[in-house]
Amino acid sequence: MDAATTTRPEVTLTGAKILAAIKDAGVKFILAVPDIVTSKGLLFPIAADKDLKLVRVCKEDECVGIAAGLTYSDTRALILIQYTGFLDSLNAIRAVAVEYKQPICMMVGLLGHEPERQPKESGRYGVRIIEPICDAMGIEHHLVSEDADVAKIKPAIDKAYTQSSPVAMLIGRRPS
Amino acid sequence: MMKRHECFAALNRHIGDAVVVAAYSSALEWNDLFPRALNFFANGAMGLGSSHALGLALGHPDRRVVVLDGDGSLLMNLGSLVTIAAAAPKNLVHFVCDNECYEANGGHPIPNPKVDFSGLARSAGYRHVHDFSDIRSFEQQVGHVLSQEGPVFGTLHIEKARPLVYKYNDLYKTSRRVALKAALQKGA
Repeated sequence: MDAATTTRPEVTLTGAKILAAIKDAGVKFILAVPDIVTSKGLLFPIAADKDLKLVRVCKEDECVGIAAGLTYSDTRALILIQYTGFLDSLNAIRAVAVEYKQPICMMVGLLGHEPERQPKESGRYGVRIIEPICDAMGIEHHLVSEDADVAKIKPAIDKAYTQSSPVAMLIGRRPS
Repeated sequence: MMKRHECFAALNRHIGDAVVVAAYSSALEWNDLFPRALNFFANGAMGLGSSHALGLALGHPDRRVVVLDGDGSLLMNLGSLVTIAAAAPKNLVHFVCDNECYEANGGHPIPNPKVDFSGLARSAGYRHVHDFSDIRSFEQQVGHVLSQEGPVFGTLHIEKARPLVYKYNDLYKTSRRVALKAALQKGA
């Protein structure tokens, strides 16, 4: 057996595929604070995409209010933030997304996460607590770490808007 | 100094079919005076009124959205001034009721009662900024303020209000949000 047959195929997460899934889900607004995990592969392409309207906010909890306000025109929005911003916004998420049952869709970059591990087993405390917090709050969550996971995005957003409930898509690897 | 209910009465004469997004004490007083389907009170977390209003304004660009913010609330979301100015919704008018205290939480003073909200809004990049301390002046100008291209900001220097009964469960009930959405869909 030569070396070529034992080498694992490289695992990738392609930003363009995520972007296509977001648009396929009918999202019109992206509400974002820059996150180095998704900066190159997602936020720069989103900023250049004429089909999407990007609202740059100063602090992540603003996104929750804006997304909720947009639901009154049945306009779909996606919040693009880092896990630190997710943690900082927990009260807004608790009230608006969970208690008021609003379709708040969040894409959360797991800065420092080791893609070969599950987030709950991360060496980074902040990453390790994200899924348990989502579970405690009753927020559906999906890990998006490789291209095969991109197929979860559109159904997750559709379900959030159909059932009027929040969802978190956790980005476990820097998209290319 | 003005009385908030007098400001609201003057505002209501020009409000038409605008959506009113109000926070805490302003929400209670506005709802007591002018209950209507086109009111929105469920900000959820203190400070988020202006952010909800931005979402409503972006989603309904042909309808005016008026925010009745509180001074303590706005201090918790000062960044929203910059976000709103950058998003530049032409249909958003943002008032802050400045009575220099956390009225809904015991009347304690805000950290710096001398803070210049109008100055902050101007620096953030609001298109038009106003500052009112006299009810006659406000009554004369509020129609013009509401007709300006947004984002528009106005500080209303007010006294502490008459005692309010804080019925949050009633204020935030789901039926109000359902009624707002129905009214917007109907084009009311």
